[in-house]
Amino acid sequence: MSTRAQTLLWMAQRVSAAVLALCVVVHLATMIYAVRGGLTAVEILARTRGSIAWLLFYMLFVLATVVHLPIGLRAVLGEWLGWRSPSRDAALLLFAAVLAWIGMRAVLGVFL
Amino acid sequence: MNLIQVHVWRGGAKGAFQSFEVPRHASQTVLDVVTHIQRTLDATLAYRYACRVGMCGSCAMTVNGVARWTCRTHVDKVVKNDQIEIAPLRNLPVIRDLVTDMREFFDKWARAKGSFESDRTRQDDFAVLPPEDENRKQVDAAIECIGCGVCYSACDVVAWNPDYLGPAALNRAWTLVKDERDTAGVARLRAIAGDAGCHACHTHLSCTERCPKQLSPTASIAGLKRAVALAALRGEL
Ligand code: SF4
Ligand code: SF4
Ligand code: FES
Repeated sequence: MSTRAQTLLWMAQRVSAAVLALCVVVHLATMIYAVRGGLTAVEILARTRGSIAWLLFYMLFVLATVVHLPIGLRAVLGEWLGWRSPSRDAALLLFAAVLAWIGMRAVLGVFL
Repeated sequence: MNLIQVHVWRGGAKGAFQSFEVPRHASQTVLDVVTHIQRTLDATLAYRYACRVGMCGSCAMTVNGVARWTCRTHVDKVVKNDQIEIAPLRNLPVIRDLVTDMREFFDKWARAKGSFESDRTRQDDFAVLPPEDENRKQVDAAIECIGCGVCYSACDVVAWNPDYLGPAALNRAWTLVKDERDTAGVARLRAIAGDAGCHACHTHLSCTERCPKQLSPTASIAGLKRAVALAALRGEL
């Protein structure tokens, strides 16, 4: 991978971290607000079903995770396991795809 | 007489600590202790020093597990229960006893384009860089490195990622990036970016904590990250 690409990865990592920080705060605040009267599936679904705002929010959340996690894992694999060959990036691309798949499935699950 | 037990690394990568008894003196430095051992107890002990006053950067060793310049580290500061353990610097190949091979350390300075590049000639007038100039201030804050390798030895990322240029080489590159007379520009940024460069730094601050010259390679590396990101956004990288 070129130095330029490595730099862009680092920048994507930083930007996604900022997005995640925001998303986590919103998510936690909503959770604390939502559990006041006990947590039920009906209540959650009533909030999220058909709500374009929540759909977009959780899609952004998933997207930021899909970007952020594999890049962080890339450093961990390199430093702890010495895995630096191109196969690492291929494996992480696959990992990102799986993350995106299960994340988006969950988002659609509470929207539809 | 007051004695201290000194455990000194003997051998290369494989070896063992050998213990010596050394008389304690007022204002004694760790380098004094090592010198005493070599001059009076065991002439075969290998170690390195030159200036004895904190200028040359050649006397760094691991003292009680911490990388330090030994010529300016008082025994009083590090002795525990009248014992001191002295080993070679970490993250560098051991040649013998307390002497490490610094080649990789300085090769990385070269790889980070750590030498000044200019298109000026002796016919040109002096470049004027007033002390209050913002770039000049940043250079001044990082320039006093003596190349001792303490930061390099203290950095965990160097241990985990042998290609990592390390705090000293990157700190040096930063002083040139901020030097208005230097002409290496984007070529240097390319040399110090990416997995082996500034982006590998985890901002652990061990280098900054240990640097005997109280420099902050961490701050320099953060500056490099900003400079590289800017160049990337401008499409220059
Ligand atoms: S701040 Fe960066 S260079 Fe300094 S010790 Fe930590 S990882 Fe190494
Ligand atoms: S930055 Fe500090 S610790 Fe590192 S080589 Fe220079 S003087 Fe030594
Ligand atoms: S002997 Fe020169 S810095 Fe210690």
